[in-house]
Amino acid sequence: MTGLIDTSDLTKVYKMGDVDFTALQGVSLAIKKGEFVAVMGPSGSGKSTFMNIIGCLDTPTSGKYLLDKQDVSDLSKNDLAAIRNKKIGFVFQSFNLLSKTSALENVELPLLYNGSPSKIRREQSVSALRLVGLEERKNHRPNQLSGGQQQRVAIARALVNNPSLILADEPTGNLDSQTSIELMTLFKKLNKENNITIVMVTHEADIAAYGDRRIYFKDGRIVKDDKR
Amino acid sequence: MNTIATVKIAVNALSINKMRSSLTMLGIIIGVAAVIAMISVGSGARAQISKEIASLGSNLLMVWPGTATSGGLRMGFGTTPTLTSDDAKAIAAEVSSVSFVAPVLNGTAQVVYGNQNWSTIVTGTTSNFFELREWPVVSGKVFTQRDVDGATKVALLGQTVVENLFGNEDPLGNIIRIKKIPFKIVGVLARKGQSPIGQDQDDSIYIPLTTAQKRLFGTRFPGMVRMIITKASSPDMIKNAEADITALLRQRHHIMAGKEDDFSVRNLTEMLSTAEQAAKIMSILLGSIASVSLIVGGIGIMNIMLVSVTERTREIGIRMAVGARARDILMQFLIEAVVLAIIGGGIGIGVGAMGSWLISYFAGWEIDISLFAILLAFGFSAITGIFFGFYPARKASRMAPVECLRYE
Ligand SMILES: Nc1ncnc2c1ncn2[C@@H]1O[C@H](COP(=O)(O)OP(=O)(O)O)[C@@H](O)[C@H]1O
Ligand SMILES: [Mg+2]
Repeated sequence: MTGLIDTSDLTKVYKMGDVDFTALQGVSLAIKKGEFVAVMGPSGSGKSTFMNIIGCLDTPTSGKYLLDKQDVSDLSKNDLAAIRNKKIGFVFQSFNLLSKTSALENVELPLLYNGSPSKIRREQSVSALRLVGLEERKNHRPNQLSGGQQQRVAIARALVNNPSLILADEPTGNLDSQTSIELMTLFKKLNKENNITIVMVTHEADIAAYGDRRIYFKDGRIVKDDKR
Repeated sequence: MNTIATVKIAVNALSINKMRSSLTMLGIIIGVAAVIAMISVGSGARAQISKEIASLGSNLLMVWPGTATSGGLRMGFGTTPTLTSDDAKAIAAEVSSVSFVAPVLNGTAQVVYGNQNWSTIVTGTTSNFFELREWPVVSGKVFTQRDVDGATKVALLGQTVVENLFGNEDPLGNIIRIKKIPFKIVGVLARKGQSPIGQDQDDSIYIPLTTAQKRLFGTRFPGMVRMIITKASSPDMIKNAEADITALLRQRHHIMAGKEDDFSVRNLTEMLSTAEQAAKIMSILLGSIASVSLIVGGIGIMNIMLVSVTERTREIGIRMAVGARARDILMQFLIEAVVLAIIGGGIGIGVGAMGSWLISYFAGWEIDISLFAILLAFGFSAITGIFFGFYPARKASRMAPVECLRYE
């Protein structure tokens, strides 16, 4: 398996008035294509900060980050936007769907920003919704869907551009355990059948158990790396 | 991201908050309506004024007696009997820059025909008057110099007088009594309409000047006239004629150098340009209303867009997370502002057209709603949208994706 994510000595310093707060203190980590990684650790240990940097939503204060062998530590904002659009799909704890917009239009969103013609947009979005089992709900708005269904729409949106990487920050945080299990089954399937690399933050050991590898954060450092 | 999709998103976003969107448009609606009204009323009024100039006759100069300052008191026009028929004759004979001269003496009088009676303005003048005013008769003919020399009792009637005294009867050849003195009707004048000051010019009777002086409005000053109307031989000669008449009358009235004139010469074209000025001021007024409300409307748009950017911080974060570039976000909010302004502009055009139509209906003015005005108004609203929408849109586009996603 070839490498997808390769970080060396990533740091992130937040400036809060006169005091600096170091959220990441040198994180070096390599993740290969096709891995399903669960990231664990106490609240405030820097998990989300790390996810945002490897998701190209934020830039590190220092250190190097290679995504798919491309150095992204010093890319322009526009280039980062293009990488988020093509290579990465996000799944958030709070779903982050556009509330006044149908499931289908939510899924179409990434395609709007890479100039896909409307026919292609529609076809790809419908098939992404089919993949998460929500094709017949495509005209429902988020407030007409259950939490689990909303998170499936968010996953369909993350998948619609055929990304190589899915980043999920506490995806089951707002879901009951039954729905969480269904979601993990879906993740597992996407990982095994579609060979999509998944990095997922979770607090729950039974959810983390779905991953092939568990990484533990503490005080902005990786303290444990359990490979199966 | 393509424009059609962006416009769709903008329309959707605006329709979510319909009340707010419509209130935001109000300033633009008023501004654009004022632009439309300004242009259509302005060009209509200009057309009206040039029609009035034509109805009065061109190149006219009026000579009034008075404006002599006596004992510190400025006397009004026509109160000092300093202007006579002889002055008029002298102007006709000696001032070459003048082509027609008509002295005038008028007053209000009761006119009776059969059992009908009517109060109207009776004007004594010479036959030149009708050429000078470019005012033909529709039946009969204008009295002649012989009538003026002989002070005959003949009269020409305006249309309003005919309607009130004769109804459908033909007045020609009949006898009317003006202040109990019988006059024979020799002609009926064409309809002339309103004067620029709103007088009905057809509510009038014309008789020979000498008859008016001797029989109707006689004073202790024989030969006195109320006004002398002259026509310069060409537009270029108006200034010359004014100077020549002034020089001649000063000489005739034995006014020494340094003393003030005991008459005044007024240029009618100049007076009408005052009316034109008034129309211009009306346009400027509407123009200022237009620009002020466009600015206020624009600030309203800016305000609402800033609120909207803050409210939709999370939406911006989501869009950025899935690949929207700063430019996409900028365009989204800019187009939203422009759509808001243009819809407001469209409604404003409708309101402005309706308003202009109402003005024309009730004020009797002509209006002229041109394609130019509509395009101008549209352009103004689009520019307002772009100008005032840019700052909020740029603010949205510069936000950091992580910050936006964290926003509650
Ligand atoms: N924008 C920020 N400004 C200041 N401090 C921040 C910011 N984002 C995160 N932090 C701090 O960095 C630390 C790590 O945060 P985070 O990565 O969100 O932790 P978690 O592991 O719970 O996801 C926390 O102490 C948090 O308060
Ligand atoms: Mg977190």
